[in-house]
Amino acid sequence: MKKQVVSLLVDNHAGVLTRISSLFGRRGFNIDSLTVSATDDPAISRITLVVDDDDALLAQVMLQTARLEETRRVFRLDTARSLLRELLLIKVAADSANRSELREIAGIYKAKIIDLSPQSMVLELTGEPEKIDAFLKMFESFHILEMCRTGVTALARGGAEEPDELSQTNAITTPFGKRDF
Amino acid sequence: MKLTGAQIFAEVLIEQGATTLFGYPGGAVLNLYDALYQYRDRITHIMTAHEQGAAHAADGYARATGKTGVVLATSGPGATNLVTGIATAYMDSIPMVAVTGNVGTGLIGRDSFQEVYIAGITMPITKHNFVVRHVDELAATLRRAFHIAQAGRKGPVLVDIPKDVTAALAEFIPEPPQQPTTTLTFSRAAVAKAAWMLGDAKRPIIYFGGGVRSSKACHAMKALIEKAQIPATHTLMAAGVLDCRHPLNLGLLGMHGSYTTNKAVSEADVVLAIGTRFSDRVALNPSTFASKARIIQIDIDPSEINKNVQVTHSLVGDAAHILDALLPLIEPAQHEDWLARIHSWQSLDYHPKDHDDRLMPHQVIGCCCEMAGPEAVYVTDVGQHQMWAAQYLRHVKSRGFLTSGGLGTMGFGYGAAIGAQVAVGRDTPVVLFTGDGSFHMNLNEACTAVSYDLPIITVIFNNQVLGMVRQWQTVFYDRRYSSTDPHRKTDYVKLAEGFGLAGYHCESLAQFEEAFRRALASKKPAWIECVIDKDEKVLPMIPAGGTVEDLMMS
Repeated sequence: MKKQVVSLLVDNHAGVLTRISSLFGRRGFNIDSLTVSATDDPAISRITLVVDDDDALLAQVMLQTARLEETRRVFRLDTARSLLRELLLIKVAADSANRSELREIAGIYKAKIIDLSPQSMVLELTGEPEKIDAFLKMFESFHILEMCRTGVTALARGGAEEPDELSQTNAITTPFGKRDF
Repeated sequence: MKLTGAQIFAEVLIEQGATTLFGYPGGAVLNLYDALYQYRDRITHIMTAHEQGAAHAADGYARATGKTGVVLATSGPGATNLVTGIATAYMDSIPMVAVTGNVGTGLIGRDSFQEVYIAGITMPITKHNFVVRHVDELAATLRRAFHIAQAGRKGPVLVDIPKDVTAALAEFIPEPPQQPTTTLTFSRAAVAKAAWMLGDAKRPIIYFGGGVRSSKACHAMKALIEKAQIPATHTLMAAGVLDCRHPLNLGLLGMHGSYTTNKAVSEADVVLAIGTRFSDRVALNPSTFASKARIIQIDIDPSEINKNVQVTHSLVGDAAHILDALLPLIEPAQHEDWLARIHSWQSLDYHPKDHDDRLMPHQVIGCCCEMAGPEAVYVTDVGQHQMWAAQYLRHVKSRGFLTSGGLGTMGFGYGAAIGAQVAVGRDTPVVLFTGDGSFHMNLNEACTAVSYDLPIITVIFNNQVLGMVRQWQTVFYDRRYSSTDPHRKTDYVKLAEGFGLAGYHCESLAQFEEAFRRALASKKPAWIECVIDKDEKVLPMIPAGGTVEDLMMS
């Protein structure tokens, strides 16, 4: 299914993530992935959400999140005009018999081998979610011991971000410089 | 000037005009209460029997006045006892500031005595909440809490203050209270489109909710209704926003609304929804609600647009501003055919029958209206009596009907009535309608009414059972009355006397009239128990998920 990516700029306070995940839990929003990262402004964190491509869900996710006092901006990232990246760490069972095959796959995908033991290998890959998916498909015939994906983090390409119309029509400035619903 | 955190709390209350608060003391708020003692000539504190009662009282105070209600409780159980009251205010968008004490900052996170993470607990039921970790942040945080409670869509805000913060000293500089900003967010074009849609309508109807009251848009809406002769129907929350005697006010909509209002919405070609959220008690079936209509939605909260029901056109902003902008663009109209059709449906509406031999809820309520007069404030608990009050009270005053709509909190009434009576003063009658079920939840607040000599008249509809749940068991569960008939033996008259107030037991309308007259004249708190039949139903009724076609009259 097609996905939508939403970027939130929020106050970098203790508890902001709890507030946002509590909201999603309460409203029953199913989120594919959620990442929190620092920005150039230490007072602000960026949360990147991936949700199903459903207009009603997307609108509610954006508008309900915008109601939170600590939310500064909410905008949808046009996936065609954005840079989406995800990091994968995967540990597979590897011995002398399949080590070279794994190295070949890693070479094609430009994945890094970051750990090697007599029984296992850990690979690291950064890329668009689709690339990670394709890479993982290559491991179906291998024995995966452990893996983790960070979830998507994203930025719009080119110049300034273009806020989605949802946030533009509803932006209200209060004396606190907050959105004020 | 250096003040303690507790003195800063008192100063900010005065600065914000919040000089009446409700609460209950305890260890973590000893410093705050010490300041309230020092400021007792300028700040009135009402101590309730239970923190839940204090939260409902702050809510009732806010509903009766439009001002922000303030409640104060200690840490741990004091704070958790506020939860139902805060959630009640949140669901009905009532401005409230809840202040809780907490253990000292050095004890936080160590499972200290009476420690609870109330900020975490109340996250989903507040607009926002704060933990004040340093006294230097206290004044600004409290001010911001008052601002958030009233800004945009109103609601509760919680401020948790550790005990050492209330003792620490900080510089305090008084500031005037901040007025909520009123930036216009809707475009002229969007208003013009709404005007065009309404002008084009053959069968328009206005469906309005509590947001009209919150936005002080009652007069603007009335002007629109009259100019374009558009009939109107309201939610439970909006009873009294438009005088019930207004010829274009069709009355209550939804599950226990009339046949006419539900039929009119289902037949309308344009529905103008103002300050309302298409709840499941009104839009019982969101996919068939107003299915022949194009819907225009006016709301201050953009997340309400299309949340439950898809609308054709929306205007986000303060309803008063939007209606002021809309009115000049509306052409006077008549809609005679449409109004005639509506009047023809009214002959099919349900009307309860009067009885001389037993007490009927509608007759009791009618009797109260006549005797208490148009200025009275009516409060309800939750259940059958609440719906009867919504249906049969003559709602003539915008802030004259206080009820827990969204959360449906049994036990809301007594606390809310205390808040309302404190707000309106002893000379305005406050009448609480309750049922024997709801009343048993928080009747402890009787002691508060007596302590502060609040002449609340509590009318208890005693049907011996949990009437509303039992009604559903009758209709949907083949009369399997599971746990709705508790066989209570409460003697309300004796219990009232035990609390130090007057109690009356009535089985006929004549007895009720006499009891109510005496209670009104006494200017003292009183309980009047009205014995009613346990099979008395709230009618009409549309089952959850149904439409006007499923409406039951018996």
